[in-house]
Amino acid sequence: MATLKELSKVQERFVGGHRLCAGCGHGISVRMILNAVEDANVVVGCATGCLEVASTIYPYTAWNCSFIHNAFENAGATISGVEAAYRALKKRGRIDRDFKIIAFGGDGGTYDIGLQSLSGAMERGHNIVYVCLNNEAYMNTGIQRSSATPVGADTTTSPAGKVIPGKQQPRKDLTAIMAAHNIPYAAQTAIHSWQDVHKKAKKAVEVEGPAFINVLSPCPRGWRYNTEDIVEITRLAVETRFWPLFEVENGKWKLNYKPKKYVPVEEFLKPQGRFRHLFKPGNEHVIKAIQEEIDRRWLALLERCGETPELPPR
Amino acid sequence: MKTKVALTGNEAVAQAMKQINPDVVAAYPITPQTEIVQIFSSFVANGEVDTEFIAVESEHSAMSAAVGASAAGTRAMTATSSQGLAYMFEVVYIAASLRLPIVFPVVNRALSGPINIHCDHSDAMGLRDSGVIQLFSENAQEAYDNMIQAVRIAEHPDVRLPVMVNMDGFITSHAMDVLEVIDDETVRNFVGTYVPEDYLLNAENPISMGNFDMYDFYFEHKRQQVEAMKAAKEVIKEIGKEFGRISGREYGLVESYKLDDADVAVVVLNSAAGTAKGVADELRAKGIKAGVLKPRVYRPFPHEEIREALKGIKAVAVMDRAETFSTCGGPMFADIRNALYDLKNDIKVVNYVYGLGGRDLRLEHVEQVFEELENIRKTGRVDETVKYLGLRE
Ligand SMILES: Cc1ncc(C[n+]2csc(CCOP(=O)(O)OP(=O)(O)O)c2C)c(N)n1
Ligand code: SF4
Repeated sequence: MATLKELSKVQERFVGGHRLCAGCGHGISVRMILNAVEDANVVVGCATGCLEVASTIYPYTAWNCSFIHNAFENAGATISGVEAAYRALKKRGRIDRDFKIIAFGGDGGTYDIGLQSLSGAMERGHNIVYVCLNNEAYMNTGIQRSSATPVGADTTTSPAGKVIPGKQQPRKDLTAIMAAHNIPYAAQTAIHSWQDVHKKAKKAVEVEGPAFINVLSPCPRGWRYNTEDIVEITRLAVETRFWPLFEVENGKWKLNYKPKKYVPVEEFLKPQGRFRHLFKPGNEHVIKAIQEEIDRRWLALLERCGETPELPPR
Repeated sequence: MKTKVALTGNEAVAQAMKQINPDVVAAYPITPQTEIVQIFSSFVANGEVDTEFIAVESEHSAMSAAVGASAAGTRAMTATSSQGLAYMFEVVYIAASLRLPIVFPVVNRALSGPINIHCDHSDAMGLRDSGVIQLFSENAQEAYDNMIQAVRIAEHPDVRLPVMVNMDGFITSHAMDVLEVIDDETVRNFVGTYVPEDYLLNAENPISMGNFDMYDFYFEHKRQQVEAMKAAKEVIKEIGKEFGRISGREYGLVESYKLDDADVAVVVLNSAAGTAKGVADELRAKGIKAGVLKPRVYRPFPHEEIREALKGIKAVAVMDRAETFSTCGGPMFADIRNALYDLKNDIKVVNYVYGLGGRDLRLEHVEQVFEELENIRKTGRVDETVKYLGLRE
């Protein structure tokens, strides 16, 4: 694997001048992922959302590669069209250069409104990489819940009120849904580990056929933690097994990281404003339910990965 | 070389698509368009075209993929009807604003609800303000001819807009018709190879498309779309003439039928124009000076041509196969009345809404319209501005 020093020499395709908030996970994710294409040509497709709105304010662009934004829910289909065009032009001898074709969508544009379009693209087997920049809510429209929002989170459409303590439903397991499309590569990663992101992005761009990466991409505004703590928050998401790192290669599930000890989910929840209400008396049951759900899903994941289904030592 | 063949409208459109051999086609089935997709996929399967065919999971994705493919630098097409066009709605606006020359046949069908699979123009009219060019076709021959011209119109450097080629569901799409097809080579030479200016797959010159506009640019971009529409009028006429040279069939923005000395006229789109022409012939034999105006292009709207064609007429009936629920008639009625306003000739213009959901337009309905126009002409009096033809009331 390339060293950080080597990676720093790769051509930047997402450059300064964008207007993402300071400490936004999206800029970090996109740079890390695009690093993996090294010196190939790239076309980036993008769903409507924070990344698109902040990076393409006309007449400027923060994209040092070809970029297309179509609408909120159709990044999957749009990028399918680009990929089909690539094949058509190659076949007809009208271009000779190689391209990597990559789409980015937020969790809203991917888990919810864009799921149909993404599923279609995966099923048809286009040679694309689709990356979900998962900040667990619709941040661009002001922090509304999505089906990626975790239980208990306070969002503007799942507010923590007097009788309902934040979001009620556990999040959808999109990575598993993508893997169930029998695509050659699906993975879940998080930005605190550049090695993990890089390794997975590299596999995804190199594989023939569709690849999917779900990257936990925290949003200091929506999650309400200190901007400079983004790496630490992400690390806690993984250490608490709230966001496990795994990959599914040609149907084979593999766990990429096993925490050494049992870290209770409170450590991840506590620094974030979106979970503050859970630490008030009367809401203990919500944290308990979140922990139970994490443990249950962890054991199921280990089983899928062919590992002994056991919780980390306390 | 030209050959006479018997084809349905859907077959004629698929035939045109085969001869054009687009780079990418993305499509989804819907009655009465389905056959186009089916026939075209058999061309792909049999190697008669080398198009990349994307059997998408919805019309929304069909237009989205066409946008991606066109932006990437290819000649891209899709096809649809009714609910499918409604489902594309959002993306059609985007295709137009990105100035992508996507060509797509629309086999006109009523919009739900209630659900109905038969012909009317509510689907096309729902997209009339989206920024696409809209061509209408009286029969299979015109659908075929329009498809071939649409490619050139869409890609013209002064235009660069999507073009929608309309024809009537079942009436044109499924009825067998005799038409003349042009040989493959002539069509291929006529449409040429698409040479995009800026496109995603240009390694030398990467481009950002679909950027976010603030109030400082959005308005100007919309104005530029209007300019492209204006330019399209000349382009459509030029290409219509050029097409005449390879086919013997010349096309303009409108078709005037016996209007030169007419007293009364109906204005009507698509297949019903054929019915109206037949009735006008019969009435002429009886000494009534009847004529028909068939707009071939509905967007951009040919105001000048329509004004010119109708300026000597005393009473005009605009026949709409769609409702607007404005409570003042159909969409074309508003446009035609607007076009005639400046003439100050006191032309009486009335509206007939007909054929919704596939209701037959019978010869006697058109006769009734001309009869009522004659009455208006003689008395100078209009009792009812908007009427419904062939409706149980
Ligand atoms: C059809 C449609 N519905 C709603 C919107 C409004 N909208 C734009 S971005 C967005 C949320 C984006 O959230 P997400 O995909 O999670 O990306 P993020 O901004 O959080 O990165 C919404 C609801 C839209 N543009 N289009
Ligand atoms: S609101 Fe959140 S996701 Fe959006 S730019 Fe700011 S930090 Fe990034």
